[in-house]
Amino acid sequence: MSVRIEIDGRIIEAKAGDDLLSVCLSHGIDVPYFCWHGALGSLGACRQCAVRVYSGPDDATGKIVMSCMTPATDGLRVSVADPEASNFRARVIEWLMVNHPHDCPVCEEAGSCHLQDMTVATGHNERRYRFDKRTHRNQDLGPLLTHEMNRCIACYRCTRFYRDYAGGRDLDAFGAHDNVYFGRAEDGVLESPFAGNLAEVCPTGVFNDKGWSHDYARKWDMRAAPSICPHCAVGCNLFVSERDGRVRRVQNRYHGALNGYFLCDRGRFGPLHVVSPQRFTAPQIAGAVVSEHDAVVAARAAIEQGAIGIGSPRASLEANYALRKLVGAERFFAGVSDAEAKLVRRIVEILRAGPGQIATLSEIEACDAVLVLGEDLTNVAPRIALSLRQTARGAERALATQKGVAHWLDQAVRTAGEGRRSPIVLATPAPDALDDVASLSLRLDPLSIAAFGDAVATALAGGDAPNKAVNIANVLAASERPLIIAGASLGAAQIVEAAAAIVAALGTKARIVLIAPEANSLGLALLGGDGVEAAAAALEADVARNVIVLENELFERAPRGAVDRLFAAATTVVALDALTTEISARADVALPVAAFSESAGTFVNYEGRAQRFFAAVQPQEYAPASWRRLAALGAGDWATLDAIIKDLIADQPELVGVVGAAPDASCSCAHGKIARAPRPLSAHTADDRAGRDPAATPKPDPDSPLSFGMEGARGADVPAALLTGYETHGLHSANAVTRFEEEIGGPLRGGDPGARLFKQGDAALSPAAPFAPIDGHGPLLVPLDDVFSGSETGRASALLAARAPAPRLLLHPDDAAALGLAECASVMLDGVACAAPLTLEPKLARGVVAVSVGKLLPRGPLRRVVVEAAR
Amino acid sequence: MTLSPQTTQAIRNAADSHGGAKAAMLEALKLVQAAEGYVSDAHLAEAAAKLGVSTAEIDSLATFYSHIFRSPVGETVILLCDGLSCYLCGGDAVRDAVMQKLGIGFGETTPDGKFTLINVCCIGGCDVAPAALVGPDRKLVGPLSADDLTQLIGGGR
Amino acid sequence: MSETPLTGRAQPDREPHRFAEWQRLGGYDALRGALKRHSPEALVAIVEASGLRGRGGAGFLTGTKWRLMRKAAEAAGEGPRYLCVNGDEMEPGSFKDRLLMEALPHQLIEGAMLAAYAVGATEVIILVRDAYRAAAVALTRAITEAESAGLLGRNILGSGFGLKMRLHASAGRYIVGEETALIAAIEGERPVPRHRPPYPAQSGLWGRPTTVNNVETLSAVPHIVQNGAEWFQKLSRTEEGGTKLYGISGRVNRPQLIEAPMGTPAGELIEMAGGIRDGRKLLAFQPGGGATAFLQEADLDVPMDFAHVKKAGSSLGTGAVIVLDDQSCPVAAIGRHARFYARESCGLCTPCRDGLPWVAKLLDALEAGHGTQQDIDLLHMHVELAGPSGRSFCDLMAGAMTPVKSGLERFGDIFAAHLKGHCPVGRS
Ligand SMILES: Cc1cc2nc3c(=O)[nH]c(=O)nc-3n(C[C@H](O)[C@H](O)[C@H](O)COP(=O)(O)O)c2cc1C
Ligand code: SF4
Ligand code: FES
Repeated sequence: MSVRIEIDGRIIEAKAGDDLLSVCLSHGIDVPYFCWHGALGSLGACRQCAVRVYSGPDDATGKIVMSCMTPATDGLRVSVADPEASNFRARVIEWLMVNHPHDCPVCEEAGSCHLQDMTVATGHNERRYRFDKRTHRNQDLGPLLTHEMNRCIACYRCTRFYRDYAGGRDLDAFGAHDNVYFGRAEDGVLESPFAGNLAEVCPTGVFNDKGWSHDYARKWDMRAAPSICPHCAVGCNLFVSERDGRVRRVQNRYHGALNGYFLCDRGRFGPLHVVSPQRFTAPQIAGAVVSEHDAVVAARAAIEQGAIGIGSPRASLEANYALRKLVGAERFFAGVSDAEAKLVRRIVEILRAGPGQIATLSEIEACDAVLVLGEDLTNVAPRIALSLRQTARGAERALATQKGVAHWLDQAVRTAGEGRRSPIVLATPAPDALDDVASLSLRLDPLSIAAFGDAVATALAGGDAPNKAVNIANVLAASERPLIIAGASLGAAQIVEAAAAIVAALGTKARIVLIAPEANSLGLALLGGDGVEAAAAALEADVARNVIVLENELFERAPRGAVDRLFAAATTVVALDALTTEISARADVALPVAAFSESAGTFVNYEGRAQRFFAAVQPQEYAPASWRRLAALGAGDWATLDAIIKDLIADQPELVGVVGAAPDASCSCAHGKIARAPRPLSAHTADDRAGRDPAATPKPDPDSPLSFGMEGARGADVPAALLTGYETHGLHSANAVTRFEEEIGGPLRGGDPGARLFKQGDAALSPAAPFAPIDGHGPLLVPLDDVFSGSETGRASALLAARAPAPRLLLHPDDAAALGLAECASVMLDGVACAAPLTLEPKLARGVVAVSVGKLLPRGPLRRVVVEAAR
Repeated sequence: MTLSPQTTQAIRNAADSHGGAKAAMLEALKLVQAAEGYVSDAHLAEAAAKLGVSTAEIDSLATFYSHIFRSPVGETVILLCDGLSCYLCGGDAVRDAVMQKLGIGFGETTPDGKFTLINVCCIGGCDVAPAALVGPDRKLVGPLSADDLTQLIGGGR
Repeated sequence: MSETPLTGRAQPDREPHRFAEWQRLGGYDALRGALKRHSPEALVAIVEASGLRGRGGAGFLTGTKWRLMRKAAEAAGEGPRYLCVNGDEMEPGSFKDRLLMEALPHQLIEGAMLAAYAVGATEVIILVRDAYRAAAVALTRAITEAESAGLLGRNILGSGFGLKMRLHASAGRYIVGEETALIAAIEGERPVPRHRPPYPAQSGLWGRPTTVNNVETLSAVPHIVQNGAEWFQKLSRTEEGGTKLYGISGRVNRPQLIEAPMGTPAGELIEMAGGIRDGRKLLAFQPGGGATAFLQEADLDVPMDFAHVKKAGSSLGTGAVIVLDDQSCPVAAIGRHARFYARESCGLCTPCRDGLPWVAKLLDALEAGHGTQQDIDLLHMHVELAGPSGRSFCDLMAGAMTPVKSGLERFGDIFAAHLKGHCPVGRS
């Protein structure tokens, strides 16, 4: 229902019962605020959002209220400009300034500080408090975040985000009166993998990105580009900011359907791998640095002799396509195990066939019953785990609504909800960070998870099934929006098929999420190609003599034996990468390429959404984008990204949607190209403008409508997919995002970016291929993912690495006892010594051995391993 | 030093009687304080573990409430009222006298560890003002006089 | 029938009665009668008719509150419902609930049981401030006694009505007495006020329907139920029924608690407390605790009930009369209060958290003779901004600024004199 209210003479349509502050902000009316947050709702603590309201036409006096705590009711008259209300708002700033240090010149936040913006907005500019300030001592919160408590204005956003929204329990509010303190009980690392968001949630400079703080540049001295997180299949939208050619920090880029206001720490700090010492910068032949010319000549020679190409789920769609073009489709292979290549292709098929709708993150949050099969979401697709925490609150929200509690009164909703939780069932092998919000956690081995999923599907179809499965089937059947989540991380195709069967039984009301291993796994699968084992076999069968490996540490993604066979069979191995890897080190010819932050391209996320990332840093000549490198090696004649995309969709018309991921380079706004740099404010940029700083005279960017300079369009003039910041008059912090949302928490104006490539029902689902039997002896291998480790790129980020746990090897105590193994034992897996000592985990499923993936073991198909004591 | 089995059991019982671990946090803090005099970091963590809450959560309450002591206190804690009624009845003189006699200010403990002096808000003893609460049972004493501090610190000093 | 129904039975040494003894004195008769004779609705009607106003400070009609609870609870469905007894009593100058809990625990328990029966509560939780250890001991024992006598638990006296009762011991902090903070405190959350709506009756303790009543309010209930609304009305000297516990403290000869008919003027109360100390003259008094405006000589005849004191420009609050004589410096007195409220702010909302400590420092400076005209202007500014409630989150700040406002109004000359560095009234 909508209501009409009048705000300073303007008539506005609002949703009945929404809070007035949200209504004002989504209509472009500035009301200062601190404690309110689009995702955290209203609290009423800061008292900054005061306005005068008149209850109706007959009310001549009105009263001052907090707009964030006042529902919009029909006929309400509101005055933001009211002198008494504006004076009160200025006095609130004066109070906040009583203890706030006047340290803007040395504060990281300055220039993008919500407190600064609000101070200027209210016009408070004279200090009258003449007594001593209260001071706090700061804490060391670990490698990711700074802590400067004196800057705190007690808006409680940090604890509301960290505890209420993200489920963390080691950050809290301490003390009382003007001595409230936000931190941990003692110094130490903030545990939550979402802690990094505090840097953006905090409206002042209490919490900040420590990496950025150490390699600091003012906001107005940094250029930012729209980007996509390269660290998992969710594809959260990022701003990547740089100065002097060096990426300094990553921030959330709002996306209404996906990441909303928040990232995980892997996404925020992982991308800093691009500034790692592990960057690969000089061409090599046989391990020795050579000239670019020599290396290119050697690579060309290898290609001319005939080569197969091995693509990568972490390289862009365009790079993989260029490689396929270079070697030919029949000689193009996916840079993952055969099993994974097959499984991800099958995932694509299931997603396309329907009947389940692929759930966006915002849709996940609206689902009312969830079954997770096999995925350790917090570690595999962390942002989805954060969404599920909101899904869990659905039942609570429903009860609160029934009691007449406004949805934005978050604390009241929590209480009124009486602790009710929407049903979330986790069937996973290992203890799960989401167990605290799950209504049922089942610890099962991968095959039992698949069997359990099949039983649920059977029960839904009316067949006989065990009680537990029947109960869950009933819950799913009774729900309005059931959601099934599964994926590839256990390497078990059975689980994905079971998920598909459940969705098929539930019909069109069902939502589905199938999680592929990496940022562009789906993009790679769309280009086809078998895995590394097949590639090795092709070389062994003399299909070609040489191999080109694209941006891929194959040892992480395919069995070591298969990769070794590849090296043995190939005469010349050519590697292209932005990082030094075991592959690049062993390759005969290695050529550096641009990292994701230096090039433009497309990733396809778990929803089948093609999303474009753009260069934040001008690419170096020695490290062009992979697809340019491949073009130069003979793949095609593409001068621009748009040109290669044009060829791609001509070759593969079903991918035509890729074009729509973002406007092409010809897009021009009211002020021409879109500026990556904020408005010129500092002396440094005056130099730039005079052309005195040669480095600052930017080259044009042929691959996007963005310019590296300061001139051009920004902010509201810019299409959503090309936003380089929330540039708005008077608002310089992340809070300015409200100006860009259609409604609070809704899509970006002009629609959320990205192009969905799949239409449900546009492909028929072929019957599942028969599963290869899991032969051999020993427990089933369960790969353990970790949010802070990720793949080779994530581990190259020093910030993320500082949070990564030591690799782990887990067995259930009874299984260990049966094998004669004790806690801390050294263990061999299939005869190879495992670097991690044994940990006994009573909460682990029986019949499995869980091992950290990446460093210790490659991902791979579900298999058994022989576990025995090291000799 | 770990908490005694009795205190531990009492903390567990509190979780049953108070409607869950969270609701029992303050009671747990009071139990620890009753047994140990104050709530040390170690005991705080232990109580949190017994209840299955985080140290931060329980410390969030411990630091909010003025009568939970997070640092060591003397054998006898004197909570001296600094409310208006006591002030009107000569509370400041009593305050000065006891500070002088003990040689400490508010929030401090005598070097011999016998007394801690803390100022608190009105303790509902306005009919016996100036008033104070003394000792672990928060015994109400008053009217106090600057000339005779026996009610506060006994005859010992 | 005693004229002091609330305190008449208290033993001189404040030793609480044992159960048997209390029963001999008529204890629990009202409950036994009510469970037999009255429906919960009827009980609500009796209390409504009595005109009983909440004694926690705001003076809200108890019967109305109970009716709202019954109504709101309908929407909440099956499950526990709560009655919280507010025994936090930390308003400066107040010491009335202490006696009721320490010396007369069974009276409170009976009142709480009747209230629980009336509003349909399934559990009573009595929150007691930490300073009142004797009260906690007395209540704990009394609850146990009542349980053993079959007055608590399931199916009480065969009536089908069941009730649990327990104590929640607090640990300091004035804000815990604010009803929504009290609910948070019992839940184990930081005792910070919560927004209303939703009101406790709608969504209170753990989201369930909840009523919060003051100790004195509930202690009056057995008498009303036993003797009728009319009797209760007649106890009073004004339209507001009952007797009231007045606490007289400060510069009087015999500070004490007095149970007197509602509407007894302050002048009489001060006389009963032995008159102004040392034969001095009255400067001013706060009629109802630290958060009430000063009254003076001319107001000594004002009947001390909610309506009349309000009309006189102050409020009855807790009925804690704090007396300042002509040698008590009001700047210092207000400063005491200001420091109290600043220290007891929960720290949630900006005006209170950061404004009150500023106010306290301004008053300190003025008291010490270091003040400036700007300091006084700033005090006025805080008075204005805190004035109409709703600007701070809860009523603590508005209460805190009340004595400052009335002090500036009534003692402007004394404030001005402090600017020159001397106090015209202070004893020293
Ligand atoms: C800051 C603040 C402190 C309060 N402290 C108390 C208190 O200690 N005891 C009390 O009974 N009511 C106190 N109240 C009033 C309660 O919020 C509530 O109105 C009262 O307990 C209701 O009981 P009644 O209707 O029986 O008066 C306080 C209110 C505020 C705003
Ligand atoms: S006025 Fe604000 S800070 Fe003060 S006690 Fe109430 S909510 Fe807390
Ligand atoms: S934003 Fe409204 S009170 Fe903070």
